[in-house]
Amino acid sequence: MEYITASCVITDNRVYHSGRLLWEAPRVGLPDFLLSAYQHFGFQYPKFYKMDHLSKLGWLAAELMLRDGLAAAGYRPEEMAVVLSNGNSSLDTDYKYFATIGDIPSPALFVYTLPNIMIGEICIRHKFKGENAFFVSELFDAGFIETYVRDLMETGNARACICGWVDVLGEDYSAVLFLIERKLSTLPFTAENMNRLFNIQNAGHE
Amino acid sequence: MKDVFVVADNIVSPLGRTTAENFSLLREGIAGVRHQNRPEMSDQPFYAALFDRDEFRENGRHTKFEQLLIASIGEVLVDAGVDPADPGTILILSTTKGNIGLLEEGIEDPARISLTGSARLLAHYFGFVHSPVVVSNACISGILALVNGMRLIRSGRYETAVVAGADLISKFVLSGFGSFQAISAGYCKPFDQARDGINLGEGAGAIVLSGNQRYRGRLRLRGGSVGNDANHISGPSRTGEELAHVITRSLADAGCGPAKIDFISAHGTATLYNDEMEARAITLARVQGAQVNSLKGYYGHTLGAAGLIESIVTLESMREDLVLPSPGYETNGVSTPLNVCTSLLSAPLEHCLKTASGFGGCNAAIVMSK
Repeated sequence: MEYITASCVITDNRVYHSGRLLWEAPRVGLPDFLLSAYQHFGFQYPKFYKMDHLSKLGWLAAELMLRDGLAAAGYRPEEMAVVLSNGNSSLDTDYKYFATIGDIPSPALFVYTLPNIMIGEICIRHKFKGENAFFVSELFDAGFIETYVRDLMETGNARACICGWVDVLGEDYSAVLFLIERKLSTLPFTAENMNRLFNIQNAGHE
Repeated sequence: MKDVFVVADNIVSPLGRTTAENFSLLREGIAGVRHQNRPEMSDQPFYAALFDRDEFRENGRHTKFEQLLIASIGEVLVDAGVDPADPGTILILSTTKGNIGLLEEGIEDPARISLTGSARLLAHYFGFVHSPVVVSNACISGILALVNGMRLIRSGRYETAVVAGADLISKFVLSGFGSFQAISAGYCKPFDQARDGINLGEGAGAIVLSGNQRYRGRLRLRGGSVGNDANHISGPSRTGEELAHVITRSLADAGCGPAKIDFISAHGTATLYNDEMEARAITLARVQGAQVNSLKGYYGHTLGAAGLIESIVTLESMREDLVLPSPGYETNGVSTPLNVCTSLLSAPLEHCLKTASGFGGCNAAIVMSK
């Protein structure tokens, strides 16, 4: 049976790890927030600076979620899958790239005009070579993601999977990642449990 | 393992509006890639496969992108006799950039550009009861969408999957590949020594997959797999090991040994690095004995539609037992030579492989069988 063995939520200038508030940043715009999160947690990964906002956000969420490490689990790179989704694809960077094409089109921006580049960044950082998929849906479709990921794991196509939602458009952003493993934990892998963690920020306001 | 049958398919491209129209031109050696003068896309002339300016014009309700999908999906629904309102039917859409060309017309509203907006309009137009699944995973999108459809049917979640993909070429897309120095100065030459980059192309493709046993005897989607290089976001693996692994997994999923693969429809974009990586992967996966072609010389790189269009041409090749020659290929230009097909070849095609790779380091492969 599959369990949610870790999660990370980044929204509203807050970072939650497995349901616990890890850090609350001062209220700043998204670019400053992303950079201050990177600095606050003392990460050392120069490629981070080249990423667009979507990849930075997804990279941070994955980095924080996996902070306790996966190495002990002994997964092979081909057994680690990443299945992500969002509502706005790469539109945030599409606008920025489009602004450059009248002058000198920027290859550094163009490459980020695909939402799955974020998956590539996470795979490069953590050496994951397994299944990939990027889906676009209006809202986080926990039921669909559960079905897709469970199928990957039950058919032997993955032994562990990072799944969730990472979305950026202008100053609006949210990232919710889950680590799914066949390892006994307190939280069974269900759409309900993903939705509960997804809505953590609202719960925090109550 | 449950069989997944191909019930209907369609290609809407600059060459034609049905699979049969497309294939009859391909077997005559007629390509869609032409010399183009399109000042709205580029100051310089370029080579690409594009629809005429007045084809699929925005009609007030649906954009050009959506109309391509309507044309392609509409035909397969009729052909397969699929009822979109059947709760056992799911629509899976594949694209990289969807409506992004609207930016060039001054339309910036995210609600109009967004892929979810197009998906909603299409579902409403045809009356699909479930929200469509939208796959946007660079140049493997079409293959990933097919793998997804196959898995949803195998798991019993749905009986029928309508898998459709489309992409258009705009100044946005053309300038982007141009900024990477990835566009060929002439006709593209996949796997050739003189290859110098891609031709882009526009088009749509749609395939109806079904798990219903009444389609026994039709061609089948037998296996598929997806993976990542974990190497570089805009350059492929140096070794090809990761695509090889994806090919090997697809073969295992299909229960088909490498020696049984008769033909490979490669990604073959005609960039230096893609073709080299792909040739290494094909050799590492021990399927190098098969005939290989790249259809990029006919259609250009149709991005999110490529996996669908090229799989459909492969299916039609299997029905006709014909391997199409790979346009632009004369002299081997990769370090592990492949059997690139250079003339129309009659051969029994029992098991065929289709591969794709894309930005973000993604790779995908499927196996189609009689």
